[in-house]
Amino acid sequence: MSGNATPAGADVAADEADLRTGGRQAAVPAQRANRRGRAPLSENKRAERRLGLLLCAPAALVMLAVTGYPILYSVWLSLQRYDLRFPAEREFVGLQNYVTVLTNEFWWTAFGVTMLITVVTVAVELVLGMGLALIMHRTLVGRGIVRTAALIPYGIVTVVAAFSWRYAWTPGTGYLANLFSDGAPLTERASSLAIIMLAEIWKTTPFMALLLMAGLALVPEDLLKAASTDGATAWQRFTKVMLPVMKPAILVALLFRTLDAFRVFDNIYVLTAGANDTSSVSMIAYNNLIRGLNLGIGSTMSVLIFITVAIIAFVFVKLFGTAAPGSDDGERR
Amino acid sequence: MADIVLDKVSKKFPDGTTAVRDVDLEIADGEFVILVGPSGCGKSTTLNMIAGLEDISSGELRIDGQRVNDKAPRDRDIAMVFQSYALYPNMTVRENMAFPLRLAKLDRATIDQKVAEAAKVLELTPLLDRKPANLSGGQRQRVAMGRAIVRQPKAFLMDEPLSNLDAKLRVQMRTVVSRLQKQLGTTTVYVTHDQTEAMTLGDRVVIMRGGAVQQVGPPQELYDHPNNLFVAGFIGSPSMNFLPATVEQGTLRTALGDVPIGDRIRRELEGADAPRELILGIRPEHFEDAELVDEETRRRGAEFSAPVDIVESMGSDKYVYLTVEGGRASAAELEELAADAGAADFAGAGSNLVTRLSAESTVTEGEHRRVWFNLEKIHLFDPSNGRNLTLHEAHPAGAPAA
Repeated sequence: MSGNATPAGADVAADEADLRTGGRQAAVPAQRANRRGRAPLSENKRAERRLGLLLCAPAALVMLAVTGYPILYSVWLSLQRYDLRFPAEREFVGLQNYVTVLTNEFWWTAFGVTMLITVVTVAVELVLGMGLALIMHRTLVGRGIVRTAALIPYGIVTVVAAFSWRYAWTPGTGYLANLFSDGAPLTERASSLAIIMLAEIWKTTPFMALLLMAGLALVPEDLLKAASTDGATAWQRFTKVMLPVMKPAILVALLFRTLDAFRVFDNIYVLTAGANDTSSVSMIAYNNLIRGLNLGIGSTMSVLIFITVAIIAFVFVKLFGTAAPGSDDGERR
Repeated sequence: MADIVLDKVSKKFPDGTTAVRDVDLEIADGEFVILVGPSGCGKSTTLNMIAGLEDISSGELRIDGQRVNDKAPRDRDIAMVFQSYALYPNMTVRENMAFPLRLAKLDRATIDQKVAEAAKVLELTPLLDRKPANLSGGQRQRVAMGRAIVRQPKAFLMDEPLSNLDAKLRVQMRTVVSRLQKQLGTTTVYVTHDQTEAMTLGDRVVIMRGGAVQQVGPPQELYDHPNNLFVAGFIGSPSMNFLPATVEQGTLRTALGDVPIGDRIRRELEGADAPRELILGIRPEHFEDAELVDEETRRRGAEFSAPVDIVESMGSDKYVYLTVEGGRASAAELEELAADAGAADFAGAGSNLVTRLSAESTVTEGEHRRVWFNLEKIHLFDPSNGRNLTLHEAHPAGAPAA
C-alpha cells in the first residue's frame, strides 16, 4: 500500500473529506510552506545538524581535493597562454584561448563528430538495450547464463576491446576487413566513424540493458495483467504501460550514457587515433594538452567539454525531469 | 453479460504441481459467485484462467456458450479488479477509466460520457483529474472498480479487491460492491480468503481446498449443512468446535459427557456405514447457559459442566471459552485449517471450546459453569476422509444448488 500511510479509521474520514473539498491537495502546499518558513531550531536540532556536517566533512574534503581542485586549476590554466615548449611566454590572456578554440574549424569538426557519435550510439543502445533487458527479464531457463553472456562485452576493458576491433578490421589479417570492400575501412572517414560507433555500441549496450532491467523490475506484474484484460495488445502494453512507468529509469539510463558517450576517447584513440577527421573533443583536447604540450589551449578545451556535459545534465534533470541519481522524490512513485 | 462454464478445468504448472484439479462450475448470467479458500487453494489461479492470464492445462472454459480456452484476455470481454488495484500511475483517474475504452477505439464523446457516468456512480467525479498517487486506498479501490464498469463487460472478475483496505472501509466497500453488482446485473466472480466476505457477498459460494472444489452452494446452506470437515471449519466465525467422539451402544462418548444418539443421527450413521471413532462438530451459537434454557428446549439437548477460561462480552452476546479435558480431534483437514489460521503451533493442553451465550448470562471467568448444547444441530464427521455423516437427506453431499 504505497502512499497510504494514514492510520486505520482515519482513512474513512479522509475519504469523505476528500470527496467534498479535495482536502489532501490543499494540505500539501501548506506543509511545504512550513518547511520553508525557517522556524528557529531547537538546541537538539542544531546539535544534530552540526554532527551531520561533521560526518560529511571528510567525504566533502576528499571530493574537493580530487575533483574541485583540478577543475579550478584547469579553469585557471585555460585563462593563460601556457605552452610547455615556450615556458617563458607564459602570460595571463583572459578569454583569448576560448576565442581561439571556438573560432577553430578543427574544434567544431570534432564537436560535430562527438555529437554524431553521442546521438547515434545512445539511440541505438537504448533500442538494443531495451530488447536485451526484456530478454533478460523474461528468460526463465538459464537466466544466469543469459545474463552473464549479455554482460561480457561490458566486462572487457575498452582499450582491449578496441584493439580486437582494430585487428578485426585490419586488411589482410582481420576477419571483418573484406566484408564490404577490398579497401581498408579504418582509413576512410565514414567507415571509420561507423566502426567507432559499432565498437561503442557493442561495448555499452549491456550497461544500458542493466539499467533498463532495473527499471523493468519496477513495473508491477498486476499492471500488465490489468492492461491485457483492459484490451491492450502486447505492443500497447509496452508503449502505454511499461514505458511510462519505466520513464524515470529510462531517463537515468539515457543521462548516464549521454554523459559517457560525449567523452568518447578510448575507441577513437585505438582505432583511428583521430585520423581523417574522426577526432572527438576529448581526443583533440588530449592531442593539444599531452601531445602538443599546450596547457592553455588544452585546458580550454577540457573546460568547454566540462561545460557541455554540465549543460547536458542540466537539460536532462530540469527539462526532462530526470530524477537526479540518489534523490528519491522525483517522479518515482 | 453472460454465463461462465468451467468444465473439468485443471491447471498443471511446468514443475509438476497441480494448482487446480477438475473444477466443474456453472455460473449463471448475472450471478455473483465467490471463490473462497485458504491461500494456495487455487482460487486465484482459477480466476486467472477465466481471465485468460493463465493457460488452461485441460478442460474447457465457456463464456456465453463459446469456448474461450485459446482466446487472449483482450478478446474475452471481461474486466478484472486486482488486490493491488493496478492503476496506471502515469495516468489521471479519468485516463485510467478511459483506458479500456480508448483501446476499444470508441469516439471521444462516448468515452467522456461513459467515464462521467461511472465516476458519478462511484462518487469519483471530483477526483477525475488526480493521479493515483494522490488518492487514498479507498479512492484507488473505487477507481479500479470504475475502470472495470465503464466497459460494460460480459463479466467482472475480482481478485481480493478489498483486502488492502482497513477493516472499517472494507465493510463499507462490501456493501458498495454488492449494490453495484445488483444494479448492473453483471456476472461476477469474486475471489477472497475471507469467509465473512464470502458469506455476505455472494449468491453462491465455492469453497476450494488444494485445487479442488469442496462444496458449492448459497452461504446459508454451506453454513448449515457443510458436507465435510473442511467446509465446516472454514465457514463461520468463530469457527465450529471439533471434539473426538466414540459411538458405543447407542450413545456418543465425548469430552462433554455421554450423549444419547437420537433417531435421526442413528439412521444417518447406519446408512453411512460409519466408523466408531468420529469427530463431533458444534457451532458456538448452539451452546447456551444452562440456567437460561427452558424445560422444553432442555430436552432437545444435553448439558455438561466445565471451567470457564475467558469471557468476551460483545454486547449482543458473550463469547465464552471453556476448557474441556480430553484429546483434540485430529484430521488432515483440521490441521490445514489451523495452519491457515496461523494457529498450528498454538495448541493448548485441553481443547478449548468456544461458545456463544446470551448476553443475559451471568457467567464469570474462573467458575465452573453448566452449559447446555443443542443435539439437533450437531454434526458428526468421519476422521479418515472428513465426510459429514449427518447430512439431511434433502441435502446430499456435494450437490450444487439448483
